[in-house]
Amino acid sequence: MEEINNTYLFDDPLIIAGRKFKSRLLIGTGKFPSAEALQKTIKASGTEIVTVALRRVDLKKPENDSILSVLNPKEILILPNTSGARTAEEALKLARIARSAGLEPWVKLELTPEPRYLLPDPIETLKAAELLIKDGFTVLPYIQADPILAKKLEELGTATVMPLGSPIGSNKGLKTKELIKIIIEQSNVPVVVDAGLGAPSHSAEAMEMGADAVLVNTALADAQDHEKMATAFRLATEAGRLAFRAGLGPQRDTAEASSPLTGFLFNSKNKS
Amino acid sequence: MIDYMKPYSFSDILNKWSSDLIQEIYEGINEDKILHALENDSLSIEDLIALLSPKAVPFLEKMAQKANQLTRWHFGRTISLYTPIYLSNLCASDCVYCYFASHSGIREKRVTLTEEQIREECIELSKKGIQTVLLLTGDAPNRVPVEYIEQAVRIAKEYFKSVNVEVYSMDEAHYAQLAHAGTEGVTLYMETYDKDTYDKVHLSGKKKDYLYRLDALERAGRTGIRRLTCGVLLGLSDWRFDVVWLALHAKYLEKTCWQSVISLSFPRLKHTPPRFKVPHLVNLEKLVQIITAMRLFLPYSPFNLSTRESAEVRDHLIPLGITSMSAGSSTRPGGYKVYQDTTTSQRPVLEQFEIDDHRTVEEVVSAIKAQGYDPVWVDFEPGFIKSL
Repeated sequence: MEEINNTYLFDDPLIIAGRKFKSRLLIGTGKFPSAEALQKTIKASGTEIVTVALRRVDLKKPENDSILSVLNPKEILILPNTSGARTAEEALKLARIARSAGLEPWVKLELTPEPRYLLPDPIETLKAAELLIKDGFTVLPYIQADPILAKKLEELGTATVMPLGSPIGSNKGLKTKELIKIIIEQSNVPVVVDAGLGAPSHSAEAMEMGADAVLVNTALADAQDHEKMATAFRLATEAGRLAFRAGLGPQRDTAEASSPLTGFLFNSKNKS
Repeated sequence: MIDYMKPYSFSDILNKWSSDLIQEIYEGINEDKILHALENDSLSIEDLIALLSPKAVPFLEKMAQKANQLTRWHFGRTISLYTPIYLSNLCASDCVYCYFASHSGIREKRVTLTEEQIREECIELSKKGIQTVLLLTGDAPNRVPVEYIEQAVRIAKEYFKSVNVEVYSMDEAHYAQLAHAGTEGVTLYMETYDKDTYDKVHLSGKKKDYLYRLDALERAGRTGIRRLTCGVLLGLSDWRFDVVWLALHAKYLEKTCWQSVISLSFPRLKHTPPRFKVPHLVNLEKLVQIITAMRLFLPYSPFNLSTRESAEVRDHLIPLGITSMSAGSSTRPGGYKVYQDTTTSQRPVLEQFEIDDHRTVEEVVSAIKAQGYDPVWVDFEPGFIKSL
């Protein structure tokens, strides 16, 4: 296993804003039953980017916090997110709080004005991205699977785009598949599929399509065995990436003969 | 009937869902309808009624399993913690079920905490790690005016990240004052949606105005208050109707105050002043039916459970859909520090109701952890409030 890791992970890093990551599995920290469960998940997943909701953590006393206490900033990038913010100004305020508390100036931009499905507000997200970039932040925006919005954010200078597969916590997988395909095709920045990935197969599917990375939270937090589930997601994400690089054959509805009927046309003696 | 020419109010919806109509639906409930409701992903009011019907009792375990799963999906295995701070026990309304009522608690002391006393209470609670508080008063807007509550919110903001209020219903402009001061949430129970019962149990005072209270949460929501908590006092009226109306209210608030979290509480009326006997006692089995049915109907709504319930009951209810619990509570103004000592010979300060879970904050936290849940101290960033 280690041997394979060395060859296929090191020559294919995920690069976000010039920074290299071996793992293409990002993890959210909400909903975990304990600090131990979160710690096991992080370790087994191999993740190097972990996002943290600023409204949930105590930045002043990280050692007492059930989330921050298990994150080692030397090993992983702590990516603060602005969940709960409803306007661009609120998101900016939150990001600044995180930066002044000593976190790196990276922010996962989440603007979810409606608290039930937590769908992102495209208008405020665009405004906030502009404010945050001007303020020196590296911005990773959580967005609807909207290819036009993705391009506009890229033009503003966001480090990634993070379209949703389905609503947060729904475990429904890639319901927005057709739109995510277009985003992947058109994007010049890494595409991280975020939200709704409820099973390792969903992660694999996103990676096979050519997504650069995936972000998973609920499916990991709610696992009965956190270590096993995190391992499963790690393997699925890597498998999907490998399959994408290997070049998947197209899916067909009918069988295609491997001995074509018109093969004789290419036979040299039949060319005259 | 709903007049579609103008925006409808919740009162129009209540009129449509009369007790006769709900009764008719209850009478038509059979096992098939209950199974249908259990299999559905998004439930109609008819589905909810099926799950609340007496015929659904044999399905309680199935309901509980699904409630557990839905809650875990939306909230994970976490329980948010909060603690109430009673500011005053003065009351100008006469509600027969309440110890604060103007005609109740003659022997005990009535007090309103001074600013300095509020501060003392806050300091005492913040020492215990509390970061989310609920400020409460009686129904006495003349003697405990909005400006007083507003100031209390500002003081509490110095010590806690999330400050919520449970006070008398007020005008929109007054809610705006509280929102501006930094209030995250407003809790206001309708007590009962049944008009006749409401009229009978609220003898006098401003609270007697049913419609003013009915629309209060919507007024609060319009000012940008981020968390609106509704509930009925289980026991006042027939819960099989009140809970349906509560569900309709929550759904209505979701649509009209779409940016606010709509959360629900399930307070069971158990201890009441001598002049009032609880007419529709809700036993534990019924409480479980109510909480699980409501969880299936409102999968993403936070559900709160106070120390009105015993430690044992609260521990059992954690996996059934509860997402938030109070801890280390006192229902008496000054109960944490200023008037904490009840052993002296002076008249004790009147408490609103007798609590049944006397555990400390620490003990509640251990009990939550013992069940494999993570206690959440705060889920709100004060930076969200514009005035700060």
